[in-house]
Amino acid sequence: MLIRIRKASDPKASEIASKDAILNRRAFMQAAAAASGVALLPMFANDARAGMKIENVMKTKWGAEEKPTTLKGISSYNNFYEFGTGKEDPAANAHTLKPEPWTVEIAGAAKNTGKFAYEDVIKGNQLEERIYRMRCVEAWSMVIPWVGVPLASIIKKAEPSSNAKYVRFETLVDPKTMPGQRSRALDWPYVEGLRMDEAMHPLTILAVGIHGEVLPNQCGAPIRLVVPWKYGFKSIKSIVKIEFVEKEPVNTWQDQAASEYGFYSNVNPNRDHPRWSQKKERRLTGEGGLAALFAPSIDTMMFNGYAEEVAGLYSGMDLQKNF
Amino acid sequence: MNVRTQRRIFKPLVFLISLSPFFWLAYAIFSDTTMGTQYLTTDPVQKLDRELGDWTLIFIILSLAVRPAADLLKRNEFINYRRMIGLFALFYAVLHVTSYQVFHLKLDVVAFFKDIAERPFITVGMIAFIALIPLGITSTKGMIRRLGKKWRKLHMLVYPIAILGVVHFYMMIRADFSRPYIYGAIILLLLGYRVWKNRQRNRPRPAAAAAA
Repeated sequence: MLIRIRKASDPKASEIASKDAILNRRAFMQAAAAASGVALLPMFANDARAGMKIENVMKTKWGAEEKPTTLKGISSYNNFYEFGTGKEDPAANAHTLKPEPWTVEIAGAAKNTGKFAYEDVIKGNQLEERIYRMRCVEAWSMVIPWVGVPLASIIKKAEPSSNAKYVRFETLVDPKTMPGQRSRALDWPYVEGLRMDEAMHPLTILAVGIHGEVLPNQCGAPIRLVVPWKYGFKSIKSIVKIEFVEKEPVNTWQDQAASEYGFYSNVNPNRDHPRWSQKKERRLTGEGGLAALFAPSIDTMMFNGYAEEVAGLYSGMDLQKNF
Repeated sequence: MNVRTQRRIFKPLVFLISLSPFFWLAYAIFSDTTMGTQYLTTDPVQKLDRELGDWTLIFIILSLAVRPAADLLKRNEFINYRRMIGLFALFYAVLHVTSYQVFHLKLDVVAFFKDIAERPFITVGMIAFIALIPLGITSTKGMIRRLGKKWRKLHMLVYPIAILGVVHFYMMIRADFSRPYIYGAIILLLLGYRVWKNRQRNRPRPAAAAAA
Protein backbone atom coordinates (compact mmCIF):
# COMPACT_ATOMS: atom_id res chain seq x y z
CA MET A 1 0.00 0.00 0.00
CA LEU A 2 1.29 3.42 -0.92
CA ILE A 3 0.60 6.05 1.65
CA ARG A 4 -0.26 9.53 0.50
CA ILE A 5 2.03 12.45 1.20
CA ARG A 6 0.29 14.74 3.61
CA LYS A 7 -0.50 18.25 2.45
CA ALA A 8 -1.30 21.14 4.74
CA SER A 9 -4.95 20.83 3.79
CA ASP A 10 -5.08 17.14 4.61
CA PRO A 11 -6.69 15.95 7.81
CA LYS A 12 -4.39 15.59 10.77
CA ALA A 13 -2.84 12.25 11.54
CA SER A 14 -5.04 11.94 14.60
CA GLU A 15 -8.14 12.10 12.38
CA ILE A 16 -7.04 9.55 9.85
CA ALA A 17 -4.82 7.31 11.89
CA SER A 18 -7.21 4.39 11.80
CA LYS A 19 -7.06 4.23 8.02
CA ASP A 20 -3.63 5.46 7.43
CA ALA A 21 -1.45 4.38 10.29
CA ILE A 22 1.78 2.93 9.08
CA LEU A 23 2.50 0.94 12.17
CA ASN A 24 0.08 -1.65 13.31
CA ARG A 25 -1.70 -0.22 16.28
CA ARG A 26 -5.06 -1.82 15.83
CA ALA A 27 -5.10 -3.66 19.11
CA PHE A 28 -4.18 -0.52 20.95
CA MET A 29 -6.52 1.67 19.08
CA GLN A 30 -9.55 -0.29 20.09
CA ALA A 31 -8.72 0.32 23.71
CA ALA A 32 -7.44 3.81 23.11
CA ALA A 33 -10.42 4.89 21.05
CA ALA A 34 -12.74 3.85 23.82
CA ALA A 35 -10.88 6.06 26.22
CA SER A 36 -10.73 9.12 24.03
CA GLY A 37 -11.54 10.21 20.54
CA VAL A 38 -8.72 12.67 20.19
CA ALA A 39 -5.00 12.61 19.60
CA LEU A 40 -4.57 8.94 18.91
CA LEU A 41 -0.90 9.10 18.10
CA PRO A 42 0.49 10.24 21.41
CA MET A 43 -1.66 7.78 23.28
CA PHE A 44 0.37 4.71 22.65
CA ALA A 45 2.16 4.00 25.84
CA ASN A 46 5.87 3.79 25.19
CA ASP A 47 6.28 0.67 27.28
CA ALA A 48 3.69 -1.12 25.16
CA ARG A 49 5.37 0.00 21.96
CA ALA A 50 8.24 -2.46 22.13
CA GLY A 51 7.86 -5.44 19.85
CA MET A 52 4.95 -4.01 17.83
CA LYS A 53 4.80 -5.52 14.36
CA ILE A 54 4.97 -3.33 11.29
CA GLU A 55 2.64 -4.23 8.47
CA ASN A 56 2.74 -3.71 4.72
CA VAL A 57 6.48 -4.06 4.40
CA MET A 58 7.74 -4.71 0.90
CA LYS A 59 10.52 -7.28 0.50
CA THR A 60 13.51 -6.13 -1.55
CA LYS A 61 16.43 -7.86 -3.22
CA TRP A 62 18.89 -6.51 -0.67
CA GLY A 63 20.57 -9.10 1.46
CA ALA A 64 18.33 -11.97 0.43
CA GLU A 65 21.38 -14.26 0.56
CA GLU A 66 22.50 -13.14 4.02
CA LYS A 67 21.63 -14.78 7.33
CA PRO A 68 20.36 -12.03 9.61
CA THR A 69 21.64 -11.63 13.15
CA THR A 70 18.93 -12.53 15.67
CA LEU A 71 16.74 -9.76 17.08
CA LYS A 72 18.09 -10.56 20.54
CA GLY A 73 21.64 -10.35 19.25
CA ILE A 74 21.02 -7.00 17.57
CA SER A 75 19.09 -5.45 20.43
CA SER A 76 21.36 -6.51 23.29
CA TYR A 77 24.71 -5.25 21.95
CA ASN A 78 24.70 -1.59 21.00
CA ASN A 79 26.88 1.47 20.84
CA PHE A 80 24.48 4.21 21.91
CA TYR A 81 26.41 6.37 24.38
CA GLU A 82 23.27 8.35 25.22
CA PHE A 83 22.42 5.32 27.37
CA GLY A 84 25.92 4.48 28.60
CA THR A 85 29.25 3.60 27.06
CA GLY A 86 29.08 -0.17 27.67
CA LYS A 87 27.70 -2.40 24.93
CA GLU A 88 25.03 -3.75 27.26
CA ASP A 89 24.08 -0.35 28.73
CA PRO A 90 21.63 0.73 26.00
CA ALA A 91 19.54 -2.45 26.33
CA ALA A 92 19.48 -1.97 30.11
CA ASN A 93 18.79 1.78 30.15
CA ALA A 94 16.92 2.76 26.99
CA HIS A 95 13.48 1.92 28.40
CA THR A 96 13.34 5.53 29.64
CA LEU A 97 13.33 6.90 26.08
CA LYS A 98 9.91 8.05 24.89
CA PRO A 99 9.77 7.46 21.13
CA GLU A 100 6.13 8.53 20.90
CA PRO A 101 5.23 11.26 20.25
CA TRP A 102 8.40 12.16 18.35
CA THR A 103 9.08 15.32 16.43
CA VAL A 104 11.65 15.66 13.67
CA GLU A 105 12.66 19.12 12.55
CA ILE A 106 13.48 19.57 8.89
CA ALA A 107 15.61 22.69 8.70
CA GLY A 108 18.12 24.68 6.67
CA ALA A 109 18.38 25.28 2.96
CA ALA A 110 15.06 23.78 1.81
CA LYS A 111 11.58 24.90 0.89
CA ASN A 112 9.50 22.66 3.11
CA THR A 113 11.03 23.08 6.54
CA GLY A 114 9.28 22.75 9.87
CA LYS A 115 8.59 20.33 12.68
CA PHE A 116 6.82 17.11 11.89
CA ALA A 117 5.65 14.01 13.71
CA TYR A 118 8.08 11.32 12.63
CA GLU A 119 5.21 9.31 11.12
CA ASP A 120 4.51 12.26 8.86
CA VAL A 121 8.14 12.45 7.78
CA ILE A 122 8.00 8.95 6.31
CA LYS A 123 4.37 9.02 5.27
CA GLY A 124 3.72 8.56 1.59
CA ASN A 125 6.48 6.04 1.21
CA GLN A 126 6.29 2.31 0.84
CA LEU A 127 8.02 0.72 3.83
CA GLU A 128 10.72 -1.61 2.59
CA GLU A 129 12.73 -4.40 4.15
CA ARG A 130 16.43 -3.90 3.50
CA ILE A 131 18.71 -6.63 4.80
CA TYR A 132 22.05 -4.84 5.12
CA ARG A 133 25.44 -5.75 6.49
CA MET A 134 26.38 -3.42 9.34
CA ARG A 135 30.12 -3.04 9.91
CA CYS A 136 31.12 -1.35 13.16
CA VAL A 137 34.38 0.61 13.19
CA GLU A 138 35.38 -1.67 16.10
CA ALA A 139 35.79 -4.60 13.66
CA TRP A 140 32.60 -6.51 14.35
CA SER A 141 29.60 -6.77 12.06
CA MET A 142 26.01 -7.92 11.93
CA VAL A 143 23.38 -8.52 9.26
CA ILE A 144 20.31 -6.43 10.03
CA PRO A 145 16.90 -6.65 8.37
CA TRP A 146 15.82 -3.02 8.54
CA VAL A 147 12.38 -1.67 7.84
CA GLY A 148 12.54 1.81 6.40
CA VAL A 149 12.13 4.22 3.54
CA PRO A 150 14.68 5.75 1.16
CA LEU A 151 16.07 8.98 2.58
CA ALA A 152 16.04 10.36 -0.97
CA SER A 153 12.26 10.57 -1.09
CA ILE A 154 12.17 12.50 2.20
CA ILE A 155 14.81 14.88 0.90
CA LYS A 156 12.87 15.39 -2.35
CA LYS A 157 9.75 16.19 -0.35
CA ALA A 158 11.67 18.88 1.55
CA GLU A 159 12.79 20.45 -1.75
CA PRO A 160 16.32 21.51 -0.77
CA SER A 161 17.81 24.57 -2.49
CA SER A 162 21.05 24.66 -4.46
CA ASN A 163 22.85 25.72 -1.27
CA ALA A 164 22.13 22.33 0.28
CA LYS A 165 25.44 20.54 -0.24
CA TYR A 166 25.31 18.35 2.85
CA VAL A 167 22.70 16.91 5.19
CA ARG A 168 23.33 17.22 8.90
CA PHE A 169 21.56 15.01 11.45
CA GLU A 170 21.12 15.39 15.19
CA THR A 171 20.11 12.95 17.89
CA LEU A 172 17.82 13.97 20.74
CA VAL A 173 19.36 15.68 23.77
CA ASP A 174 17.37 14.86 26.89
CA PRO A 175 19.38 13.85 29.94
CA LYS A 176 16.11 12.97 31.69
CA THR A 177 15.35 10.13 29.33
CA MET A 178 18.91 9.57 28.08
CA PRO A 179 20.90 8.93 31.26
CA GLY A 180 24.23 8.66 29.42
CA GLN A 181 23.94 12.37 28.62
CA ARG A 182 24.27 13.25 32.29
CA SER A 183 28.00 12.80 31.82
CA ARG A 184 30.06 14.23 29.01
CA ALA A 185 31.16 10.97 27.42
CA LEU A 186 30.60 12.77 24.11
CA ASP A 187 29.80 16.35 23.17
CA TRP A 188 25.98 16.17 22.90
CA PRO A 189 24.03 16.25 20.70
CA TYR A 190 25.39 13.41 18.60
CA VAL A 191 25.84 14.80 15.11
CA GLU A 192 26.30 13.06 11.80
CA GLY A 193 26.40 14.21 8.20
CA LEU A 194 26.30 13.02 4.63
CA ARG A 195 27.21 14.65 1.37
CA MET A 196 24.04 15.32 -0.65
CA ASP A 197 24.77 12.59 -3.20
CA GLU A 198 25.39 10.09 -0.39
CA ALA A 199 22.14 11.08 1.29
CA MET A 200 20.28 10.76 -2.02
CA HIS A 201 21.77 7.36 -2.81
CA PRO A 202 19.11 4.64 -3.10
CA LEU A 203 20.91 2.48 -0.49
CA THR A 204 20.56 5.18 2.18
CA ILE A 205 17.42 4.77 4.28
CA LEU A 206 15.67 6.12 7.32
CA ALA A 207 14.76 3.05 9.35
CA VAL A 208 11.82 2.66 11.73
CA GLY A 209 12.04 -1.09 12.33
CA ILE A 210 14.17 -4.22 12.65
CA HIS A 211 13.04 -7.80 11.97
CA GLY A 212 9.55 -6.55 11.11
CA GLU A 213 9.07 -4.82 14.47
CA VAL A 214 9.32 -1.18 15.49
CA LEU A 215 12.89 -0.21 16.39
CA PRO A 216 13.78 -1.17 19.94
CA ASN A 217 14.69 2.01 21.86
CA GLN A 218 18.34 0.92 22.14
CA CYS A 219 18.55 0.63 18.36
CA GLY A 220 17.61 4.27 17.79
CA ALA A 221 13.82 4.45 18.10
CA PRO A 222 11.72 5.74 16.59
CA ILE A 223 13.67 6.79 13.50
CA ARG A 224 17.31 6.47 12.51
CA LEU A 225 19.64 6.65 9.56
CA VAL A 226 21.16 3.58 7.89
CA VAL A 227 24.09 3.98 5.48
CA PRO A 228 25.30 0.43 4.89
CA TRP A 229 28.62 1.18 3.17
CA LYS A 230 29.88 3.31 6.05
CA TYR A 231 30.99 2.36 9.55
CA GLY A 232 28.07 1.95 11.90
CA PHE A 233 28.55 5.19 13.81
CA LYS A 234 27.53 7.15 10.69
CA SER A 235 24.04 5.65 10.99
CA ILE A 236 22.81 8.12 13.59
CA LYS A 237 20.03 7.05 15.95
CA SER A 238 16.88 8.67 17.38
CA ILE A 239 16.96 11.60 14.96
CA VAL A 240 15.30 14.89 15.93
CA LYS A 241 16.77 17.17 13.30
CA ILE A 242 17.59 16.89 9.60
CA GLU A 243 19.24 20.03 8.31
CA PHE A 244 20.35 21.00 4.82
CA VAL A 245 23.67 22.85 5.02
CA GLU A 246 26.31 24.26 2.72
CA LYS A 247 29.44 23.28 4.67
CA GLU A 248 30.63 19.80 5.57
CA PRO A 249 29.28 19.11 9.07
CA VAL A 250 31.69 18.05 11.82
CA ASN A 251 30.37 14.71 12.95
CA THR A 252 30.67 13.72 16.61
CA TRP A 253 33.42 11.10 16.28
CA GLN A 254 35.51 13.33 14.04
CA ASP A 255 35.14 16.02 16.68
CA GLN A 256 36.16 13.51 19.36
CA ALA A 257 39.26 12.19 17.55
CA ALA A 258 39.90 13.65 14.09
CA SER A 259 42.97 11.46 13.51
CA GLU A 260 40.89 8.31 13.98
CA TYR A 261 37.48 9.11 12.52
CA GLY A 262 36.85 11.14 9.39
CA PHE A 263 33.77 12.64 7.82
CA TYR A 264 33.35 9.93 5.21
CA SER A 265 34.10 6.85 7.32
CA ASN A 266 33.50 4.50 4.43
CA VAL A 267 34.20 0.89 5.27
CA ASN A 268 37.71 0.37 3.92
CA PRO A 269 39.86 -2.71 4.68
CA ASN A 270 42.88 -0.90 3.20
CA ARG A 271 42.88 1.88 5.74
CA ASP A 272 43.46 0.68 9.28
CA HIS A 273 42.20 2.48 12.32
CA PRO A 274 45.31 3.81 14.10
CA ARG A 275 44.71 1.36 16.93
CA TRP A 276 43.48 -1.74 15.11
CA SER A 277 43.30 -3.42 11.73
CA GLN A 278 40.19 -3.05 9.57
CA LYS A 279 41.06 -5.96 7.29
CA LYS A 280 38.86 -8.49 9.04
CA GLU A 281 35.69 -8.52 11.06
CA ARG A 282 33.85 -10.73 13.50
CA ARG A 283 30.40 -11.52 12.11
CA LEU A 284 28.03 -11.60 15.07
CA THR A 285 25.14 -13.94 14.36
CA GLY A 286 23.40 -13.74 17.71
CA GLU A 287 24.63 -17.18 18.64
CA GLY A 288 26.96 -16.79 21.60
CA GLY A 289 29.21 -19.15 23.53
CA LEU A 290 31.75 -21.43 21.89
CA ALA A 291 30.21 -21.04 18.42
CA ALA A 292 30.97 -17.32 18.52
CA LEU A 293 34.34 -17.74 20.23
CA PHE A 294 35.59 -20.12 17.54
CA ALA A 295 33.84 -18.60 14.52
CA PRO A 296 36.46 -17.65 11.93
CA SER A 297 36.87 -13.94 11.19
CA ILE A 298 35.76 -12.86 7.74
CA ASP A 299 37.43 -10.44 5.34
CA THR A 300 36.07 -6.92 5.41
CA MET A 301 34.95 -5.78 1.97
CA MET A 302 35.55 -2.41 0.34
CA PHE A 303 32.49 -0.21 1.00
CA ASN A 304 31.21 -3.13 3.08
CA GLY A 305 30.49 -5.05 -0.12
CA TYR A 306 28.45 -2.26 -1.72
CA ALA A 307 31.27 -1.02 -3.98
CA GLU A 308 29.30 -1.78 -7.13
CA GLU A 309 26.59 0.62 -6.00
CA VAL A 310 28.59 3.39 -4.32
CA ALA A 311 32.22 3.39 -5.53
CA GLY A 312 31.21 5.92 -8.21
CA LEU A 313 30.42 8.48 -5.51
CA TYR A 314 34.10 8.66 -4.65
CA SER A 315 35.82 8.34 -8.04
CA GLY A 316 38.95 10.46 -8.16
CA MET A 317 39.03 10.89 -4.38
CA ASP A 318 42.01 9.76 -2.28
CA LEU A 319 40.29 7.48 0.22
CA GLN A 320 43.39 7.32 2.43
CA LYS A 321 43.12 11.06 2.99
CA ASN A 322 39.33 11.27 2.86
CA PHE A 323 38.76 8.47 5.35
CA MET B 1 43.84 -16.47 65.00
CA ASN B 2 46.67 -18.96 65.02
CA VAL B 3 48.80 -19.86 62.07
CA ARG B 4 47.17 -23.26 61.62
CA THR B 5 43.59 -21.91 61.19
CA GLN B 6 44.97 -19.40 58.79
CA ARG B 7 46.57 -22.05 56.66
CA ARG B 8 43.67 -24.49 56.87
CA ILE B 9 40.74 -22.13 56.36
CA PHE B 10 41.73 -18.75 55.02
CA LYS B 11 44.24 -19.77 52.38
CA PRO B 12 41.80 -22.08 50.55
CA LEU B 13 39.11 -19.45 50.98
CA VAL B 14 41.17 -16.68 49.41
CA PHE B 15 42.17 -19.15 46.70
CA LEU B 16 38.55 -19.98 45.84
CA ILE B 17 37.43 -16.35 45.93
CA SER B 18 40.29 -15.45 43.59
CA LEU B 19 39.22 -18.22 41.22
CA SER B 20 35.55 -17.18 41.23
CA PRO B 21 35.86 -14.80 38.24
CA PHE B 22 37.37 -17.70 36.29
CA PHE B 23 34.57 -20.05 37.32
CA TRP B 24 32.00 -17.41 36.46
CA LEU B 25 33.43 -16.85 32.97
CA ALA B 26 33.69 -20.60 32.35
CA TYR B 27 30.08 -21.02 33.44
CA ALA B 28 29.02 -18.08 31.23
CA ILE B 29 30.61 -19.73 28.18
CA PHE B 30 28.97 -23.05 29.06
CA SER B 31 25.57 -21.47 29.61
CA ASP B 32 25.74 -19.28 26.49
CA THR B 33 26.66 -22.37 24.46
CA THR B 34 24.11 -24.81 25.82
CA MET B 35 21.24 -22.65 27.04
CA GLY B 36 21.35 -19.68 24.69
CA THR B 37 21.91 -17.15 27.47
CA GLN B 38 23.98 -14.10 26.53
CA TYR B 39 26.06 -13.54 29.64
CA LEU B 40 29.03 -12.77 27.39
CA THR B 41 26.94 -10.60 25.05
CA THR B 42 26.51 -10.97 21.31
CA ASP B 43 30.29 -10.57 20.98
CA PRO B 44 31.90 -12.99 23.48
CA VAL B 45 35.33 -12.63 21.84
CA GLN B 46 35.51 -9.00 22.90
CA LYS B 47 33.69 -9.45 26.20
CA LEU B 48 36.03 -12.23 27.31
CA ASP B 49 39.10 -10.13 26.41
CA ARG B 50 37.78 -7.20 28.40
CA GLU B 51 36.73 -9.25 31.41
CA LEU B 52 40.07 -11.05 31.69
CA GLY B 53 42.00 -7.80 31.25
CA ASP B 54 39.88 -6.19 33.92
CA TRP B 55 40.48 -9.01 36.41
CA THR B 56 44.22 -8.85 35.73
CA LEU B 57 44.27 -5.18 36.71
CA ILE B 58 42.07 -5.78 39.73
CA PHE B 59 44.37 -8.51 41.06
CA ILE B 60 47.48 -6.40 40.46
CA ILE B 61 45.86 -3.59 42.45
CA LEU B 62 44.80 -6.01 45.19
CA SER B 63 48.35 -7.35 45.48
CA LEU B 64 49.61 -3.77 45.85
CA ALA B 65 46.99 -3.05 48.50
CA VAL B 66 47.98 -5.93 50.77
CA ARG B 67 50.85 -4.11 52.52
CA PRO B 68 48.93 -0.86 53.21
CA ALA B 69 45.94 -2.89 54.42
CA ALA B 70 48.15 -4.93 56.75
CA ASP B 71 49.72 -1.76 58.14
CA LEU B 72 46.47 0.14 58.60
CA LEU B 73 44.60 -2.76 60.20
CA LYS B 74 47.73 -3.91 62.07
CA ARG B 75 47.35 -7.41 60.71
CA ASN B 76 50.71 -8.52 59.48
CA GLU B 77 49.40 -11.98 58.58
CA PHE B 78 47.78 -10.42 55.48
CA ILE B 79 51.22 -10.56 53.90
CA ASN B 80 50.88 -14.36 53.79
CA TYR B 81 48.25 -13.97 51.05
CA ARG B 82 50.14 -11.52 48.89
CA ARG B 83 52.02 -14.06 46.80
CA MET B 84 48.79 -15.92 45.99
CA ILE B 85 47.03 -12.73 44.94
CA GLY B 86 50.00 -11.69 42.82
CA LEU B 87 50.07 -15.09 41.13
CA PHE B 88 46.37 -14.76 40.37
CA ALA B 89 47.15 -11.47 38.61
CA LEU B 90 49.59 -13.44 36.44
CA PHE B 91 46.99 -16.21 35.99
CA TYR B 92 44.39 -13.76 34.63
CA ALA B 93 47.05 -12.00 32.52
CA VAL B 94 47.98 -15.33 30.89
CA LEU B 95 44.30 -16.04 30.20
CA HIS B 96 43.86 -12.51 28.83
CA VAL B 97 46.74 -12.87 26.36
CA THR B 98 45.70 -16.43 25.48
CA SER B 99 42.09 -15.43 24.82
CA TYR B 100 43.35 -12.60 22.64
CA GLN B 101 45.53 -14.97 20.61
CA VAL B 102 43.09 -17.84 20.34
CA PHE B 103 39.69 -16.18 19.99
CA HIS B 104 40.56 -12.76 18.67
CA LEU B 105 43.44 -13.55 16.31
CA LYS B 106 42.52 -17.22 15.69
CA LEU B 107 46.14 -18.17 16.45
CA ASP B 108 47.44 -16.05 13.57
CA VAL B 109 51.04 -15.63 14.77
CA VAL B 110 51.95 -13.09 12.08
CA ALA B 111 48.99 -10.92 13.05
CA PHE B 112 50.02 -11.21 16.70
CA PHE B 113 53.55 -9.90 16.11
CA LYS B 114 52.21 -7.26 13.73
CA ASP B 115 49.84 -6.12 16.45
CA ILE B 116 52.66 -5.89 18.98
CA ALA B 117 54.78 -3.90 16.55
CA GLU B 118 52.11 -1.61 15.13
CA ARG B 119 49.42 -1.08 17.75
CA PRO B 120 50.83 0.99 20.60
CA PHE B 121 48.20 -0.13 23.13
CA ILE B 122 49.11 -3.77 22.46
CA THR B 123 52.84 -2.97 22.61
CA VAL B 124 52.32 -1.42 26.04
CA GLY B 125 50.17 -4.33 27.19
CA MET B 126 52.73 -6.90 26.06
CA ILE B 127 55.59 -5.10 27.83
CA ALA B 128 53.55 -5.18 31.03
CA PHE B 129 52.73 -8.86 30.51
CA ILE B 130 56.32 -9.91 29.80
CA ALA B 131 57.57 -7.96 32.82
CA LEU B 132 55.05 -9.77 35.00
CA ILE B 133 56.47 -13.22 34.16
CA PRO B 134 59.82 -12.97 36.07
CA LEU B 135 57.90 -11.75 39.10
CA GLY B 136 55.85 -14.94 38.99
CA ILE B 137 58.93 -17.13 38.51
CA THR B 138 60.75 -15.52 41.45
CA SER B 139 57.81 -15.78 43.83
CA THR B 140 58.90 -19.08 45.40
CA LYS B 141 60.46 -19.22 48.86
CA GLY B 142 63.69 -20.58 47.39
CA MET B 143 63.96 -17.68 44.96
CA ILE B 144 63.21 -15.12 47.65
CA ARG B 145 66.07 -16.58 49.72
CA ARG B 146 68.44 -16.79 46.82
CA LEU B 147 67.84 -13.26 45.55
CA GLY B 148 67.99 -11.64 48.99
CA LYS B 149 67.88 -7.87 48.76
CA LYS B 150 67.62 -7.99 44.97
CA TRP B 151 64.23 -9.70 45.30
CA ARG B 152 62.64 -6.63 46.84
CA LYS B 153 64.06 -4.39 44.13
CA LEU B 154 62.86 -6.75 41.39
CA HIS B 155 59.37 -6.92 42.80
CA MET B 156 59.11 -3.14 42.91
CA LEU B 157 58.60 -3.64 39.15
CA VAL B 158 54.97 -4.34 39.89
CA TYR B 159 54.33 -0.58 40.22
CA PRO B 160 55.46 0.30 36.68
CA ILE B 161 53.68 -2.85 35.45
CA ALA B 162 50.44 -1.71 37.06
CA ILE B 163 50.82 1.73 35.50
CA LEU B 164 51.54 0.22 32.06
CA GLY B 165 48.46 -1.97 32.47
CA VAL B 166 46.26 1.06 33.10
CA VAL B 167 47.87 2.97 30.21
CA HIS B 168 47.12 -0.06 27.99
CA PHE B 169 43.48 0.06 29.15
CA TYR B 170 43.28 3.84 28.65
CA MET B 171 44.71 3.66 25.12
CA MET B 172 42.23 1.02 24.06
CA ILE B 173 39.12 2.99 24.97
CA ARG B 174 37.28 5.32 22.58
CA ALA B 175 35.38 7.40 25.11
CA ASP B 176 34.47 7.45 28.80
CA PHE B 177 37.79 7.02 30.55
CA SER B 178 36.34 6.77 34.05
CA ARG B 179 37.50 3.21 34.76
CA PRO B 180 41.18 3.65 33.79
CA TYR B 181 41.16 6.95 35.70
CA ILE B 182 39.86 5.21 38.83
CA TYR B 183 42.36 2.34 38.53
CA GLY B 184 45.15 4.84 37.85
CA ALA B 185 44.22 6.96 40.88
CA ILE B 186 44.21 3.91 43.17
CA ILE B 187 47.62 2.79 41.89
CA LEU B 188 49.12 6.25 42.39
CA LEU B 189 47.70 6.35 45.91
CA LEU B 190 49.24 2.95 46.70
CA LEU B 191 52.53 4.04 45.14
CA GLY B 192 52.43 7.23 47.23
CA TYR B 193 51.98 5.15 50.37
CA ARG B 194 54.93 2.97 49.43
CA VAL B 195 57.20 5.97 48.78
CA TRP B 196 56.13 7.57 52.06
CA LYS B 197 56.79 4.35 53.96
CA ASN B 198 60.21 3.86 52.42
CA ARG B 199 61.16 7.41 53.46
CA GLN B 200 59.99 6.73 57.00
CA ARG B 201 62.08 3.60 57.14
CA ASN B 202 65.24 5.24 55.76
CA ARG B 203 65.05 8.31 57.97
CA PRO B 204 67.37 8.08 61.00
CA ARG B 205 65.39 7.90 64.22
CA PRO B 206 65.30 11.26 66.01
CA ALA B 207 65.93 9.59 69.41
CA ALA B 208 68.99 7.78 68.12
CA ALA B 209 70.28 10.98 66.56
CA ALA B 210 69.88 12.88 69.84
CA ALA B 211 71.72 10.20 71.80
CA ALA B 212 74.64 10.48 69.39
